[in-house]
Amino acid sequence: MVTVILLAPLVGALICGFGWRLIGETAGQVIATGLVVLAALLSWVVFLTLDGGATQIVLMRWIESGSLASDWAIRLDRLTAIMLVVVTTVSALVHVYSFGYMAHDENFRPGEHYRARFFAYLSLFSFAMLTLVTADNLVQLFFGWEGVGLVSYLLIGFYYRKPSANAAAVKAFIVNRVGDFGFMLGIAALFFLTDSVRLVDVFASSADLAQMQISFLSMNLNAAEVVGVLLFIGAMGKSAQLGLHTWLPDAMEGPTPVSALIHAATMVTAGVFLVCRMSPIYEVAPHAQMLIVVVGALSALVAASIGLVQNDIKRVIAYSTMSQLGYMFVAAGVGVYSAAMFHLFTHAFFKALLFLAAGSVIHGMAGEQDLRNYGGLRRKMPMTFWAMVIGTLAITGVGIPFTSIGFAGFVSKDAIVESAWTGSGFAFWMLVIAAAMTAFYSWRLIFLTFFGKPRGKADVHGHAHDSGRSIMVPLAVLAVGAVLAGTVFHHNFFGEEEAVRAWFHAEPASTLFDGGLYISADNHALHEAHEVPAAVSLAPFIAMLVGVILAFVMYIRSPGLPSHMAKSANGLYRFLLNKWYFDELFDRIFVVPAQRLGSFLWRRGDDRGIDGAVNGLALGLIPALTRLAQRMQSGYIFHYAFAMVVGIAALVTWVTFLGGAR
Amino acid sequence: MDNLLSIVTFVPAIAALILAVFLRGDDAAARRNARWLAMLATGATFVISLFLYAQFDNETAGFQFVEEHRWIAGLHYKLGVDGISILFVLLTTFLMPIVIAACWKVEHRVKELMIAYLVLETLMIGVFSALDMVLFYMFFEGTLIPASLMIGIWGGKQRLYAAFKFFLYTFAGSVLMLVAMIAMYYDAGTTDMVALLQHDFASSPITVGGLTIVGGVQTLLFLGFLASFAVKLPMWPLHTWQPDAYVQAPTAATVVLSAILVKMGGYGFLRFSLGMFPVGADTLSTLMLWLSAIAIVYTSLVAFVQHDIKRLIAYSSIAHMGFVTLGVFSGNQQGIDGAVFQMISHGFISAGLFFCAGVLIDRFRAQDIDAFGGLAARMPTYALLFMFFTMANVGLPGTSGFVGEFLTLLGAFQANTWVALVSTTGIIFAAAYGLRFYRRVMFGDLIKEALKGAKDLSGREKAIFAPLAIMVLVLGIYPALITDVISSSTAHLTQTYQAALPSSEGVQAAMIEAAR
Repeated sequence: MVTVILLAPLVGALICGFGWRLIGETAGQVIATGLVVLAALLSWVVFLTLDGGATQIVLMRWIESGSLASDWAIRLDRLTAIMLVVVTTVSALVHVYSFGYMAHDENFRPGEHYRARFFAYLSLFSFAMLTLVTADNLVQLFFGWEGVGLVSYLLIGFYYRKPSANAAAVKAFIVNRVGDFGFMLGIAALFFLTDSVRLVDVFASSADLAQMQISFLSMNLNAAEVVGVLLFIGAMGKSAQLGLHTWLPDAMEGPTPVSALIHAATMVTAGVFLVCRMSPIYEVAPHAQMLIVVVGALSALVAASIGLVQNDIKRVIAYSTMSQLGYMFVAAGVGVYSAAMFHLFTHAFFKALLFLAAGSVIHGMAGEQDLRNYGGLRRKMPMTFWAMVIGTLAITGVGIPFTSIGFAGFVSKDAIVESAWTGSGFAFWMLVIAAAMTAFYSWRLIFLTFFGKPRGKADVHGHAHDSGRSIMVPLAVLAVGAVLAGTVFHHNFFGEEEAVRAWFHAEPASTLFDGGLYISADNHALHEAHEVPAAVSLAPFIAMLVGVILAFVMYIRSPGLPSHMAKSANGLYRFLLNKWYFDELFDRIFVVPAQRLGSFLWRRGDDRGIDGAVNGLALGLIPALTRLAQRMQSGYIFHYAFAMVVGIAALVTWVTFLGGAR
Repeated sequence: MDNLLSIVTFVPAIAALILAVFLRGDDAAARRNARWLAMLATGATFVISLFLYAQFDNETAGFQFVEEHRWIAGLHYKLGVDGISILFVLLTTFLMPIVIAACWKVEHRVKELMIAYLVLETLMIGVFSALDMVLFYMFFEGTLIPASLMIGIWGGKQRLYAAFKFFLYTFAGSVLMLVAMIAMYYDAGTTDMVALLQHDFASSPITVGGLTIVGGVQTLLFLGFLASFAVKLPMWPLHTWQPDAYVQAPTAATVVLSAILVKMGGYGFLRFSLGMFPVGADTLSTLMLWLSAIAIVYTSLVAFVQHDIKRLIAYSSIAHMGFVTLGVFSGNQQGIDGAVFQMISHGFISAGLFFCAGVLIDRFRAQDIDAFGGLAARMPTYALLFMFFTMANVGLPGTSGFVGEFLTLLGAFQANTWVALVSTTGIIFAAAYGLRFYRRVMFGDLIKEALKGAKDLSGREKAIFAPLAIMVLVLGIYPALITDVISSSTAHLTQTYQAALPSSEGVQAAMIEAAR
């Protein structure tokens, strides 16, 4: 069944991408969508019926060389099953949504066929993401990893006439490649250390790795730590964590369904998945874990702070995604992998909902994305409004404190904040502050979009409307998920330690490593997270209230306040608006020098240096030699006689003094 | 059939002879006949070579299809292939019909062009299948003549400069190789490469003029061959002939150069440098690894700032050959497998990319990246193929480009983590120059007048691209097609290489000894 789930989207992509000329564009779209929906239904069956340890299905041989053997194979365990559901469900809904959203597009000229291509990309993405999450070895995981990167690149640059979209696409791919650089070295290190790239073998040798030293870059380091850090660099790229995050906001150049599917719900969570997948390694690599916590916490805070002042509706949500991914990494870093997966799971629903609802707003507003040109849309698009509110309630974490009843984000975010407290006070405070900011920017978005007076072009506002059924149905489904996902699955992801261990098949005594996660026997962070002081449990809720109230005051009660504040704290405002100047910084220290160095090496190195030396040799030395030879053959007898005398003298000297005769 | 290999080798030469002797005149009919005969001969060669593949025994590490005859002046004619060389023979026979199809539209001296290609094919197959050192040398040097004629006669504006540069660089390298070969003959008393592979060349340190040479004769012989193979492949810093040659050569000739001819260097490294002088190779392996890493980074950076589409692909080619030497001198099975795989895979990918450039040059008579832009809208099939080959060049998993790079990096990591780190940055740079290139040619709005009438690929062009794309994809998804064939031979090579090395303490002792 998993094989069908895996291959159905690929078949859909191929039929839709290559066969649409034969069967028609709409038929291609329907087939692609149908196959992904089928995969989604089967995924839920797998998810709900899964029991026991990991199972392996080998499909075909892949790269083999000496002791290296990697197959095309599927590993099915709890972690895979969770990801299957997330990926296929969101993908199916996005496929349906795209019927309406992509029906007309002013970026293309009349008569241009772009819809089949779009659907083929979406399906291809689903396939790549599924190979990533079902991989039973790291090389296949890397295949999926790069595959989603490729489709992400293609879809960000889908409007290929727009220079900004093309630039964003290239940037996304290259920044991700920086992460892949670490990932690749991580795989190489693991193969060097364990002589295998299969997950089962790698996991089985994790205890040895903890004891091993590796000579890496002339340093003797702990093997598990080196591998852990290298793989995390890969995860940082894909999951847009601080330092390798600059591509994600720009990726919003892609069509909105793409942002929802790839840049919110699925692909960007691949990094979190990777860390959870490699939990046997991270369990024995405390320094790598610490790095994950710090990077995650900083990402959560920095992204949230940038989100406070952005004016593009999609960019606000993009920074919110980066921030939420930071939350997940903190949870994984402190060793509560199940909480990370929990947030990943709920986040997929409410973030996809937010994006698709934002898409509905954009669709209804003729492509307008600037919050400053919205306002008062509540009555013109009531359904979208409610969808957005549900998503916002979920992301800001509204629920009943001290219970597990609330919107999805409430339950999973509390789980993370409580987990963070057990591991790192620093991370805890970062996350609480970020929670206040999250509430602020999320409600700011709602208030600016749906409340107040209409701003911007009057005719656009005049035509503002709710979207059609193909757009609203996916919103409704996701809204259900955003409400219920947390409460319903709390027991599995963040219940009592025994229950969670059983669900993930992560028994402490297990040395088979056939569970979805590995939680070492002395890792009780999950248990401790349930025992935190009441103030800790309440902290994110209070932070959320602070954020909401601030947003309410600034955007409903006294709307003049924000611009006044922006003026009085202009430096800070500009700093946040310009995204902490990361792009400018990276441009200065990487891009420009690389170009300069390239030009230098070409002009000076190749042309002047190497060619110059060779030409100099050829054009300078050889003519000089020939001139010498020419001069020697002067034709004057006394020249020749002189040369003979000198030669004889030299010969005699050599024979007598240096014993040449002997 | 005992002489299958000879048949494969000489069918193209016989066709060339027929063309030279019997084809008269230069009218349209004669040109057509020349093309069709060349196509027929290369096609037949490919079909016959498939028998080689079918009958090849993957389990045997040694040479198969061996033929040996006495020849003039005490020399021997000896051919044979093992797991490493058979794939290069197949690569050659596979690509040549495509190359002939690619120069179908050439109208200038067609007969001579076809003869040049046919002779070149024989010589290239000969290089990969020769088992006698003298024979190898003759084939190896012989390729220079048709190849530089192709650049010099059918090339671009600065074709003579490029042809001379190509000829002189490679020839200068070969002179040292000849000296080394003569030395080998005096030492081993034979020119039979099978015997030479088993011969132990002296490896104790020797002192020349106060300078101690670790690895002794082997190091000297290694250096003798190094110049020739390093120029051919090319390795940094002996690469500068290549961009000029690739840019000036007509597209089809560029494909032959980059896809097949330069692989003779990599093959030579495996067969001679590693196979016959293991101690010499080991002595210099750190240097070679660093030269490879520098090549990858240096040429990738240079590729990033190129304006000429063929020059860009040329620099990218050099970077990819950096992975080949990286793998070879890692000296372990993953590295060597990766190097062979990378060479074969690069044969298809670089052919695809250069043909992509050729499509643009044929249509618009321009080679400057800035002359293009927005072509995706007018040429969707081309856009797809170009994207595919670009991604393969970037090393995307699922294409053959990934397998080679991945294996060589695994190999390099085991040999030297610093080198692995520096080389792995190549995957970032490759994406940077590849995608920048693609974006500036294909994306954006189509505003340039000259491009507005652009036509998508013709049937002939699709027929050229299709087999290449299929190979890149198939080898990316099922690399066992290659690894199964090579593994016995590469495993054998790795074992003999590592067995020949003194244990690391032994090396240290020798160094200390030498220092005294």
